[in-house]
Amino acid sequence: MRDDLVVLENLKKYFAVKAGFFSLKEVTIKAVDDINLTIRRGETLGLVGESGCGKSTMGKLILKLEEPTEGRIFFDGEDITACSKERMRELRRELQIIFQDPYSSLNPRKTVRKIVEEPLIIHGIGDRKERKERVKELLRVVGLRQEYMNRYPHEFSGGQRQRIGIARALSLNPKLIIADEPVSALDVSVQAQIINLLNSLQEDFNLTYLFIAHDLSVVEYVSDRVAVMYLGRIVELTSSQTLYNDAKHPYTEALLSAVPVPDPRREKKRIVLKGDPPNPITPPSGCYFHTRCRYRMSICEREYPPFKEITPGHSVACHLVA
Amino acid sequence: MERKTPKYLFWRRFTKNGLAVCGSIIVILLFFVAAFAPSISPYDPGQINIKDMLQPPSRYHLLGTDQLGRDVLSRMIWGSRISLMVGFVAVGIATVIGAFLGALAGYYGKWIDTVIMRFVDIMLCFPAFFLILAVIAILEPTIWNVMVVIGLTSWMGVTRLVRAEFLSLRERDFVKAAQAIGSKDVRVIFLHILPNALSPIWVSATLGVAAAILTESALSFLGIGVQPPTPSWGNILTAGKDNIEIAWWLSLYPGLAILITVLGYNLLGEGIRDAIDPRLKT
Repeated sequence: MRDDLVVLENLKKYFAVKAGFFSLKEVTIKAVDDINLTIRRGETLGLVGESGCGKSTMGKLILKLEEPTEGRIFFDGEDITACSKERMRELRRELQIIFQDPYSSLNPRKTVRKIVEEPLIIHGIGDRKERKERVKELLRVVGLRQEYMNRYPHEFSGGQRQRIGIARALSLNPKLIIADEPVSALDVSVQAQIINLLNSLQEDFNLTYLFIAHDLSVVEYVSDRVAVMYLGRIVELTSSQTLYNDAKHPYTEALLSAVPVPDPRREKKRIVLKGDPPNPITPPSGCYFHTRCRYRMSICEREYPPFKEITPGHSVACHLVA
Repeated sequence: MERKTPKYLFWRRFTKNGLAVCGSIIVILLFFVAAFAPSISPYDPGQINIKDMLQPPSRYHLLGTDQLGRDVLSRMIWGSRISLMVGFVAVGIATVIGAFLGALAGYYGKWIDTVIMRFVDIMLCFPAFFLILAVIAILEPTIWNVMVVIGLTSWMGVTRLVRAEFLSLRERDFVKAAQAIGSKDVRVIFLHILPNALSPIWVSATLGVAAAILTESALSFLGIGVQPPTPSWGNILTAGKDNIEIAWWLSLYPGLAILITVLGYNLLGEGIRDAIDPRLKT
């Protein structure tokens, strides 16, 4: 379908780690475990989950910054899982990333101009003068003054640095931007600015976002659809409207209950999950979530629930609704 | 406006460190001496004057004369060129090899890393000085051979250092970003990671110059380094050894020159290190 910009088929990424310091035995961590997901052209797909559940790994897999262990990735109808290095380099014009930590994502030894200009140089776009104009334009688009062009990253605040990162991602006119927790490292007031910037850029440049976050209130605001991840698997996928009114998975329910509500009179029952997420090296039997679930049934300990569409556009992996 | 840039902080910490400033003054002075050797040396360093042999320091020969009546001060001034050249060429070779191999090992990891680092371990097993002795004994003991051999036997430390820097830098997001915009590996390694790994390389290079000068002096002292009549601090010392009972100045001054030079480079190197990262200070 031409409507699907990215299609992930049975995508898996396993990391091998030594079991112990002296041990020769290797164990695998299933960071991304059998994910099927579609990102539609022009939408913002939110991806939420706890730290360490594989969100960022999934983003890096789509960009081929990590090689998948198994499964296939289609971008714009093309299978990019095994495409050549050369082809991938061309494709990078279409796929870009915004990082979480604006302090580590900009090379401290390069000026803003060089940082934003570099993608253009690599892909041989324009001559020196045209590129300079383009950098100026990009800085204007992300709301930075063009006099900042010759400064170094350490001279900027976190929000400004994030804007520089966005300008870099935009420079090649990509179709898809993977925003890997783009606002989690910023102050709340700056978060709002950056989110609004991302929203308006989406309209102006026809962008598709994969918006990775752990903060549901942010994801609700920006996303059309939301995927909830737990221990490398997607447990619920639906439109952001439905998710907030009618979440089916107990994990989503717990996440939602943690979102602060700016209304002191409204009483909210907070569902506190017990314990830490299980170790992904040895995930629990059956449903990965059953160790922390309020509604645990005996089947949950035996079988992993199928990921089923319960109403059009709303899929859940839980025995409660199956 | 006073901005607290890393450069500014570096400069302030460096200038506050008295020993480091001493070191840099010594090094800068040596540069001038070597550069202007022809104009500041009072005599021709190769001019033999048997009539004046083994003269003690005097008004005419400030540091005395050697067994062939040559002016020791002039010979030492010209010898500083040799020391400087050996230091820089040898360290240059070692740094280039070390940075290159370290970058490959650290960036690619896996079997490339294993092969390179095991090779480093093997090289470290040889007692370097005897390896140099053996090689120079086979090759001709010219100054160029000495420099190249010192360089080829001293790159292992740099390799380890650069590899360690690369291991941590390659996980940083700006490296991922560089890959994500389609940079080739060469570009990522040399334009993105290496510039950020330069400070430890500078420190080790500065300290390496001191070590190389010392090695050259030792080789020349043993007679297989720089060959007479070319003056070098090491071969002036050799002459001094033969006449130590009657001409102490022949041993004392070149020895002092080596000591002060090595001290200068070491102070400078340690000063740079402390100024880059005060936490490393021991």
